Amino acid sequence: MLAMALALATTGGGYLLVLAVIVPVIGMLLSLVVGGRHAERIAFALMPAGLGLALAIAIEVWVTGQPLVYILGGWPPPLGIALRADGFSAVMLVTAALVIAAAGYFARGGFATPPGVAEKRAPLAFWTLLQGLWAALAVVFLGGDLFNLYVALELLTFAAVPLVCLDGRPETLAAALRYLLFALFGSVLYLLGAALLYGTYGTLDIVLLADRTAAEPLVAPAVGFAAGLMTAGLLAKTALFPLHLWLPPAHANAPPPASAVLSALVVKASFFLIVRLWFDVMPGLASAAVTTLLAALGAAAILFGSVLALRQARLKLLIAYSTVAQIGYLFLMFPLAIGGHPWSAEAWSGGVMQTLSHAFAKAAMFLAAGVVYEQLGHDRIAELRGIGRAMPMAIFAFGLGGLSLMGLPPSGGFAAKWLLMQASVESGQWAWAVVMLVGGLLAGGYVYRVVAPALDRATVALKAPASRRREAVALALALGAVLLGFAPPEFFDLLQIGRPVAMAALR
Amino acid sequence: MSVIQALDIGLALLVLAVAGWTIAAREAFASVVGYVAYGLLLSLVWVRLFAVDVALTEAAIGSGVTGVLLISAVVRLRKTEAPAAAERPGVVLRALAAALCTVVAAALAAVVLLMPDPGATLAPEAGQHLGELGVGNPITAVLIAYRSFDTMLEKVVLILAVIGVWSLASDGNWGGVAGPRRGARPEGALAFLAQLLPPLGIVVAIHIVWVGANEPGGAFQGGAILAAMALIVLMARLTEAPEIRRRWLRLALIAGPAVFLVVGIAGFAIPGSFLAYPAGWAKPLILLIEAFMTLSIAATLPMLVIGPPDRPPS
Repeated sequence: MLAMALALATTGGGYLLVLAVIVPVIGMLLSLVVGGRHAERIAFALMPAGLGLALAIAIEVWVTGQPLVYILGGWPPPLGIALRADGFSAVMLVTAALVIAAAGYFARGGFATPPGVAEKRAPLAFWTLLQGLWAALAVVFLGGDLFNLYVALELLTFAAVPLVCLDGRPETLAAALRYLLFALFGSVLYLLGAALLYGTYGTLDIVLLADRTAAEPLVAPAVGFAAGLMTAGLLAKTALFPLHLWLPPAHANAPPPASAVLSALVVKASFFLIVRLWFDVMPGLASAAVTTLLAALGAAAILFGSVLALRQARLKLLIAYSTVAQIGYLFLMFPLAIGGHPWSAEAWSGGVMQTLSHAFAKAAMFLAAGVVYEQLGHDRIAELRGIGRAMPMAIFAFGLGGLSLMGLPPSGGFAAKWLLMQASVESGQWAWAVVMLVGGLLAGGYVYRVVAPALDRATVALKAPASRRREAVALALALGAVLLGFAPPEFFDLLQIGRPVAMAALR
Repeated sequence: MSVIQALDIGLALLVLAVAGWTIAAREAFASVVGYVAYGLLLSLVWVRLFAVDVALTEAAIGSGVTGVLLISAVVRLRKTEAPAAAERPGVVLRALAAALCTVVAAALAAVVLLMPDPGATLAPEAGQHLGELGVGNPITAVLIAYRSFDTMLEKVVLILAVIGVWSLASDGNWGGVAGPRRGARPEGALAFLAQLLPPLGIVVAIHIVWVGANEPGGAFQGGAILAAMALIVLMARLTEAPEIRRRWLRLALIAGPAVFLVVGIAGFAIPGSFLAYPAGWAKPLILLIEAFMTLSIAATLPMLVIGPPDRPPS
């Protein structure tokens, strides 16, 4: 009851949550009005503020050991809306701020307004949409209300889809349209589910819903159906196999900084909501059948995505199919982390760690691929022989990112897969460990396909001079993925703050 | 069975029939006509469910603005309709899609029928604070007070959609004009209508926003009516849409959420909470926000309908 009262009142530092949302919103609105090259300047001016706010929220959560709460407008739920930040939200906010800042820094030049021009199409769209995306992610990570989270998903869709077709080639338009259709289909299913839950429990607040679902001995058919609809919708947005069809063309055709943000953060946002749904809102409903189904789809994604990544002829498509595979790992946490078992905390940390390390590694790899494409004028894997000497930092960044995907130490990917594997062994669910091992080997295969010829002693003809700044951005992100492997125990304590210890297994 | 019940059943069957027609129609144009009729019938359904606010929105957005958008899309797609028909998915795929839709719809109907009646609702709580807010319509209280954060962000979604639509322009047309060109000598029924209707429409829109505090109506419905007036004027070629580089246009687009944010941030200082209204100031602040939201919606919807700029700025 005490925890309940805490979740319905503003805590100290709660105002930080509001700022984390409205700073990018204000930036986006201002950028549109002022226009031209100012859009870029505003975005850059606000990025340090966003990172500072995210860090302040993380520190506040860590120091107090409690989720932060802000009650908007002084109207407590169920009537009003609460923003809440637990450990998972806090680390996702920091990751989003870092990846967006890196993608923005990478995009300078590529999306600059040339001198003598008042305003250009692609730069204005890019900088406003990037800030819109940032605001959307903040609402996803902080929203405490299912309808508010629906609005966040809409923000995310309308910011992300136009980024895919910014360069206007017909195939990018087709990819963006397919992405839009999947995303809207997902939104409709999510909204239907949220409406059914409201009709059943009379609230949309996550904490209140959790309380009411826990109080009911029997699950109403509407609730089970709602959970199914919402999960299906969110899976379409997360691109979990077999709903991944939209992802490879969209992520592979977008401009590199957009690909980085889409693969690193946007698909994680809907995954984050699936975790919220099954761990926070209705843990009692997460039966073995449900969690096994999610993990089985994840396992299929790992194998299918990795094999297809091995067979791609283009570098960006290879990286996109690798995203399909790495998303699969995220879902292995469901059967392992649900419930109050000794291994649940480990599996939870592993799942979160995979979310974070893949964000850094994949952003690094897409940016590295962007450097390759820019300098060669193509990204055909068969013709990458010897590029390692022309752009050493980019290839090093790709390799380090690949290390994390394979799950080799030292890297965040290693920590994630190690924790998940430990949990699957301890819980006796060996099959998931085998899938992770095979997935790691396949990842090794597709990373080797790129890195080995790149390190060859051949000479390549470059179309454009190397941009060391961009290579350095990719490398910095890759180092971020590696550094996560050295996370101190305190970091894992932060991830556990606010983790719902679900009673599913005990009931 | 009373007469009203018979009419309700007739309405429900008609909605289903028109929905079926919309899906089954071979030509895109016929399908769009079906869709517009479907939206209008649905707004009648909302009236019968005593959700007049939703009915107004459904009529204005669901069939009005969306209808115009779809019809102009059909006109643009005329040339590609035949090749697109050739790319239709096979019978098996269509049968699977139909089966999936039927299963989901049937399950949805079943769980809704199984839900407790009356269902759980916050309606009584929503009506409890109307006095302190100074409004009589609980829906306005939900939209501009209890869940004002959602309303503000929904408007930001629309702005992102406008940027997305604009981003489809060619580089050379950036900053330019979208939609129909100004006609040399506008005449005919449409031009007559476009001169006759807007004064009426503007009065109706202002009325709907104004009474929205106490009766069904509000910023969204009023803004949608204003947007419809703007679209009639544009379609009759009486005038052209503004160039998208114009500062005033962009200010109009963001005015709603911007004023919302300013009031919200001021709330940090005075009542001490983001988006909270100081005691006694709720009604004037709500009207202020509604006024600017109306302006923004009236500017946003036509921009979404007429599409990306297709000629360069002058």
